[in-house]
Amino acid sequence: MNKNNVMVFVQQDDGVVADVSIELLCKARELADSLHVSVEAAFLGDKLAAAAKALLAYKVDRVNLMQSEHLAHYTPLPYTQVMVDLIKEREPQIVLYGATTTGRDLGPRIASALKVGLTADCTDLQIGDHELGGTTYKNILYQIRPAFGGNIIATIVSPEKKPQMATVREGVMKLTAQEPGYKGEVIEYKPGIGVDLLVSQILESVREEKTVNLKGAQIIVAGGMGAGSKEGFDQIVKLAQALNAEVGASRAAVDAGWVNKAHQVGQTGTTVRPKLYIACGISGSIQHRAGMAESSRIIAINSDPQAPIFQIAHYGIIGDLKDVIPAFIKAYKNKA
Amino acid sequence: MGLNIVVLVKQVPDTKNVTGKAMKDDGTVNRAALPAIFNPEDLHALEAALRIKDAHPDTRVNVITMGPPAAAQVLKESLFRGADFVALITDRKFAGADTLATSYALSCAIRKIGAVDLVLCGRQAIDGDTAQVGPQTAEKLGMNQITCVSDIAELDAKKRTISARRSIEGGFELVKAKLPVLLTVTDEGFEPRPPSARRVMMYKNAVASASNDASYDECYMNASACADDDIIALWDIASIKADPEACGLAGSPTKVKKIDSVVLTAQDIRMVDASESGIAALVHELIADHTIG
Ligand SMILES: Cc1cc2nc3c(=O)[nH]c(=O)nc-3n(C[C@H](O)[C@H](O)[C@H](O)COP(=O)(O)OP(=O)(O)OC[C@H]3O[C@@H](n4cnc5c(N)ncnc54)[C@H](O)[C@@H]3O)c2cc1C
Ligand SMILES: Cc1cc2nc3c(=O)[nH]c(=O)nc-3n(C[C@H](O)[C@H](O)[C@H](O)COP(=O)(O)OP(=O)(O)OC[C@H]3O[C@@H](n4cnc5c(N)ncnc54)[C@H](O)[C@@H]3O)c2cc1C
Repeated sequence: MNKNNVMVFVQQDDGVVADVSIELLCKARELADSLHVSVEAAFLGDKLAAAAKALLAYKVDRVNLMQSEHLAHYTPLPYTQVMVDLIKEREPQIVLYGATTTGRDLGPRIASALKVGLTADCTDLQIGDHELGGTTYKNILYQIRPAFGGNIIATIVSPEKKPQMATVREGVMKLTAQEPGYKGEVIEYKPGIGVDLLVSQILESVREEKTVNLKGAQIIVAGGMGAGSKEGFDQIVKLAQALNAEVGASRAAVDAGWVNKAHQVGQTGTTVRPKLYIACGISGSIQHRAGMAESSRIIAINSDPQAPIFQIAHYGIIGDLKDVIPAFIKAYKNKA
Repeated sequence: MGLNIVVLVKQVPDTKNVTGKAMKDDGTVNRAALPAIFNPEDLHALEAALRIKDAHPDTRVNVITMGPPAAAQVLKESLFRGADFVALITDRKFAGADTLATSYALSCAIRKIGAVDLVLCGRQAIDGDTAQVGPQTAEKLGMNQITCVSDIAELDAKKRTISARRSIEGGFELVKAKLPVLLTVTDEGFEPRPPSARRVMMYKNAVASASNDASYDECYMNASACADDDIIALWDIASIKADPEACGLAGSPTKVKKIDSVVLTAQDIRMVDASESGIAALVHELIADHTIG
């Protein structure tokens, strides 16, 4: 197979492929099609043969499967070495990583070892041209990311070095339909990992079951400081229950202890794009909007007509939550 | 048994108070227009180092920053809190560095300090927001790393092992590693101590002075000798033996192509009356178009 492809680091935790990796395979297909190249996956772990085959349905042309007991759980040094060797052999033009704690631990080490660029926490990727010192670089990767605490959006390029690499935020790339029976291949490697790399040991690992499914929710009712108290927030939860919606929250509401961090929407929480987002007593800070501005419809309920949330909302209700929420629940129960 | 620790700290514009002129037209940060602060998570990294020093008294806490001369302020604040040695890496040739070039320069400076047991950084700086400098520096030093650390469960200076709690999505990992290792620290633990009044008196007039001697001991000055000045070592590109081609703009593969300020996209908003009838009408409409079930 030709080189110069688009490669995705496919993250697995205990054999389960991370959502963001699937999102990236879908995006990689789109990028590869416009560049007329193939999609490759780098899949590291142990006992992954079946999972590797399953990746092909995301229109992956080549899964590079690297299996070893030392790769079963992520640790930085073995993963870095295996990835660096693979990238040197396959010479992809683009490598994408999920901006997870794993991706943001691993990506920078690989970039540092290969002396190539890495753009952090991208929210969009495009292909375009770039002029630099009188040369036009054709079809390079525009890596688009928020920085400065979300106050700016920067487009970053790294035209002179290959591969161009980026970590990409979960939830921003759209999933596309699978194609069962897609003709790709799984190429297996048996990486040799020196004992000198086995310097980290995971003594304990605790991952709470995801009880909150913000990303998959069609409707989210989110509460902020305007709730005023835990009791006030519970009213918002009631509205969510009535509408069969998931509960979201601003960071301030999480910090106040009214709701678990798993519910946080925004730059340091989850990025969501539901059919309907009801923001209750949320001012609409830049960091909160970063996680919900793409919602199809936004209803903002706020007592302050100047609250920035109204500038991105489709429906605005100026009022006190104490009155509006019960009225909302009542109206829904009467209609339904 | 004491440890030799390096803490990497960065002076950052306070991104919570950004004005319209945050960026210059050439895409570089307009530092002059923004209040400069100690990167919040770096204060937690410094605190982690100082707590290790409290528990292991022979420990030496070295603090390094790369930046313009004004960045010496974060070194002063480190001295106020208990740092033993501080160095400002500053040179025009470092300007425009991306994370790769930044980590290269920092790794050269750490090498100059000598045999180091532990490197501590913040997880992420609030301006560049990349969280890449820590891992990239570790790779350049051939050092292991534990990122997103909120607590150190155990540090055995004799056996040279450390166990740290690392935040991951929806939970945590307890990771045991051999020294030397680089940790990136979050703001979840290690609540920073305030400056010590005694140390503020001692170091408030500290200024940076060039001491490009090759030897670390000559750069280091003890507190009594330096109560008024010269306490901040000033290192340029030559004194950390860095290759100019790998520094600054020249050593940076990533380039900023374009910067857009985030502006609120004002759109057609329909105001709904907060009365019961107004809300009932809205609910009716949402049910009618199948937005809610
Ligand atoms: C690096 C960084 C990352 C961050 N990440 C996130 C993130 O991921 N998600 C996030 O949400 N935030 C995040 N933040 C915090 C963010 O900047 C805001 O502080 C936070 O979103 C504010 O939450 P809020 O809107 O609930 O509170 P506030 O800003 O205090 O707003 C409360 C709103 O409620 C209204 N109100 C008050 N009383 C009533 C009432 N009785 N009825 C109706 N309305 C009422 C007020 O008018 C006000 O608009 C981050 C900040 C930083 C610096
Ligand atoms: C809008 C914008 C976007 C950018 N995007 C990218 C990008 O995607 N990729 C890229 O490679 N570069 C990028 N850069 C450049 C990057 O911001 C700089 O290289 C910066 O010097 C280091 O990155 P950071 O601020 O993200 O630090 P982080 O990697 O977030 O910092 C982590 C820790 O490293 C330590 N540290 C960082 N810098 C220093 C320092 N100067 N001195 C001492 N310790 C330090 C601190 O302990 C800090 O807490 C961008 C710059 C801008 C202005």
